[in-house]
Amino acid sequence: MSEHHHDHQTVPSDPALRVKALESLLTEKGLVDPKALDALIDTYQYRVGPRNGARVVARAWVDPAYKQRLLADGTSAIAELGYGGAQGEHMVVVENTPRVHNLIVCTLCSCYPWSMLGLPPVWYKSAPYRSRAVIDPRGVLHEFGLDLAEDVEVRVWDSTAELRYLVLPERPKGSEALDEEALANLVTRDAMIGTAKVSLPLGAAA
Amino acid sequence: MNGVHDMGGMQDFGPVEHEQNESVFHAPWEGRAFALNLAAGAWRKWSLDALRHQIELLPPVDYLRLSYYEKWVAAVSERLVSSGLISRAELESGRPAQDSVKATPALTADQVPSMLRSGAHASRDVKIAPRFHAGQRVRARNVNPVGHTRLPRYARGKTGAVHRDHGVYVFPDTLAHARGENPQHVYSVRFAARELWGDQAPPRDSVYIDLWDDYLEPA
Repeated sequence: MSEHHHDHQTVPSDPALRVKALESLLTEKGLVDPKALDALIDTYQYRVGPRNGARVVARAWVDPAYKQRLLADGTSAIAELGYGGAQGEHMVVVENTPRVHNLIVCTLCSCYPWSMLGLPPVWYKSAPYRSRAVIDPRGVLHEFGLDLAEDVEVRVWDSTAELRYLVLPERPKGSEALDEEALANLVTRDAMIGTAKVSLPLGAAA
Repeated sequence: MNGVHDMGGMQDFGPVEHEQNESVFHAPWEGRAFALNLAAGAWRKWSLDALRHQIELLPPVDYLRLSYYEKWVAAVSERLVSSGLISRAELESGRPAQDSVKATPALTADQVPSMLRSGAHASRDVKIAPRFHAGQRVRARNVNPVGHTRLPRYARGKTGAVHRDHGVYVFPDTLAHARGENPQHVYSVRFAARELWGDQAPPRDSVYIDLWDDYLEPA
């Protein structure tokens, strides 16, 4: 495309009004079905979120063979639990260990594994995170309250293609007695992006 | 295009603001904007890469000022017009033209679950020989295309090692401009943090970037 300077690029002034006007135009023209919009919103507000990823992580923690499959072919192993589809078509899972810490970013836009984590939080899409995660991951992690020892190797994954990344966090010490469901309840969104570790709630050590 | 969207390595945006217990959408219009984008995309008049490029075409000041969903609305509006689904006059007035013929939506509510479940695969099941293999030293080309590209500036000219071959995928640089899928191998390439950022970086840290055959040369 040669017209990389648009004279008429439309920049919304009041987004709520503009979106309402656009929806009503597209509905009147029969281009979109408002009920389809409701269904899409409902999906990501209530059905698809970090709970999906947490179930995958918990399964990997209790089932070593599953973990092996998950790290070798994320997409297939995740499909075993019934997950996949939009923005999770091609999944790569990277494992945190006491020696290696992984962090996911998309510097060029905001690519994110929707099928595992739902829609991305504002900070993930923000300029501070996108710009500094690659050049100063330890500084960014510090802002999340996570300070890594110098001898821990940090690996940042920049989602420049259609591969979507999920961090398999370390299973917290003291969680040995917890079952898969209880483990899944511990896993947070941030831990699966790599900006946090999974910890037991205070006093919950089994 | 060397635009402000290609922000990896910039340092002056301030600290990351982390909101506790953030809601999925911060206002109802964000949800509508999100859904409109997917429902309009279901007409398959533009690729995801074309939409990404449309967002990149926002004036830099707007790109930085607008929220994520505001950028989506701006980009999808432009795509709706350039694809002919709506006219500029309709976009500006918010009303269908007198001679507008009512269409049947490309995506109905009952089709939403299956559309999301199947997704949109960017991989292609075609036999194309990879130009590189795992373990090989490669250099990201020093190129500055004026169109869409997924080769970030901070990697250009830098040397790394192929970590893994992901297989064959469509090529955004041509697809975004309706110049074909140009399928080719995508590799995860590991760059040492010191190669990218110099001696200030910790010696063992690294950045892995997914790069297409056309972005790479042997090192």
